[in-house]
Amino acid sequence: MVIDILIAGAGQAAAQLALSLRQRGHTGTIAMIGEEPYPPYERPPLSKDYLSGQRETHRLFLRKPEAWAERRIDLHLGCRVAAVSPAARRVTLADGRQLDYGWLVWATGGRPRALSCPGADLAGVHAIRGIADIDRLKGDLTAPKRIVVIGGGYIGLEAAAVLRGLGHTVTVVEMQDRLLARVTSPVVSQYFLDLHRRHGVDVRLSTGVRALRGAGRVTGAELSDGTTVPADIVIVGIGIIPNVEPLAAAGLSCPNGVQVDAHCRTDDPHILAIGDCALHPNPYAGGLVRVESVQNAVDQAKVAAETILGTPKAYDAMPWFWSDQYDLKLQTAGLCAGHGQVVVRGDPSRAPFTAAYLRGGRLVGLDCVGTLKDFVQGKALVTRQAVVDPARLADPAVELKTLA
Amino acid sequence: MPKLAIIARSGAETVVDGETGLSVMEIIRDAGLDELQALCGGSCSCATCHIFVDPAHFGRLPAPSADENDLLDSSSHRAATSRLSCQIAFTADLDGLRVTIAPED
Repeated sequence: MVIDILIAGAGQAAAQLALSLRQRGHTGTIAMIGEEPYPPYERPPLSKDYLSGQRETHRLFLRKPEAWAERRIDLHLGCRVAAVSPAARRVTLADGRQLDYGWLVWATGGRPRALSCPGADLAGVHAIRGIADIDRLKGDLTAPKRIVVIGGGYIGLEAAAVLRGLGHTVTVVEMQDRLLARVTSPVVSQYFLDLHRRHGVDVRLSTGVRALRGAGRVTGAELSDGTTVPADIVIVGIGIIPNVEPLAAAGLSCPNGVQVDAHCRTDDPHILAIGDCALHPNPYAGGLVRVESVQNAVDQAKVAAETILGTPKAYDAMPWFWSDQYDLKLQTAGLCAGHGQVVVRGDPSRAPFTAAYLRGGRLVGLDCVGTLKDFVQGKALVTRQAVVDPARLADPAVELKTLA
Repeated sequence: MPKLAIIARSGAETVVDGETGLSVMEIIRDAGLDELQALCGGSCSCATCHIFVDPAHFGRLPAPSADENDLLDSSSHRAATSRLSCQIAFTADLDGLRVTIAPED
């Protein structure tokens, strides 16, 4: 039997694709192949409310478990696609089963990048990607612990904030000379550095990890400056590796994730790719990029649905992100990293403030640090890449909606 | 269980049992109405779970927070009884609440 729409993956992108197809009246067979034993769920709370214990597992689920069958969407959980034969339009699962497809949509996301140093496989070393990772981590948090977080990106910092809130001792080790280096400007990095230090996090910048020490179980992290930080727990948050090996083995172009066009089409006419694993042309990046976010997962899923339905629509959605740390909300519009002129609205040493990014006089991004109103009003300007007056932009008393 | 009446974008009305302790957003989603996006999962970071509360019931709800109010401004469909459904905790007191899913922005 041929499955009309076979989705490799069962995360946010996969779920949205299946739901969008049904909402648009698609009546074919749809199946999702998910490696984890859970129905599609939200990942953002894992490093926030789920880690802190404020949200239970079933409240992460995007739909009630029975909702998928009600929509005739088959979930194959606890398995993954091991091989793809594009010519035969057939996949082989890790357990040997074979499935034929009409369309294959690759939505497998990524797996946490592991440390390559000695000791990386000691007990007490954790990643943050799935429910099971957090459940394991929580199992280790029964008493106040000394925790070393490796990586000062969103995941590491959100985890650090929650763990400080739970009363643990936290050290964050970051290789770059600032936090959130890949996603924001130095002024915002500095704010988050001060924020975490104010909350008692020991942040070590420009510092790598030479080895994790311990016999069986981790007891410390030996850093590049020669010091060793005692640790009962190490959390590794140094990014993800897109899960695209079966596609690469099948001959598809996978330089960093699987390459797709604006319609989520790969090199193969029957294979699409969406979400974290899709290297796609993004008008906000001015080139090919992988974007790891809910927005990207959901909007690409909708684009893929249109491609499947024969009403193609190019992906051009404005990228946006959010992060919650302590009681602070960071909202980001656009892909800001490294972009030209930075204009700050407000005092960047004290939230709320907004960092706005201009390129050629046009507004290309916003980091709204506790300034939800700027995010709400500025999104449309970023979408239009509006030409704005930097002087008025810099004045927090001037509402963004009155600009341009 | 207390009831929640949900009017979809099509105009169709569904009445469901609302589990107290869940948000109105979660109850709508569990009722099978996939048109409510709720992208941020209830963390008050987007405005994709926008609903209109029946004017007769609006006064039964606690006032929105400043964040919710700001986010509602991002919708071009904001009306006098607009709310973000993720920010309304469903309680027995809200039995009979009637809400309409706002148009997609």
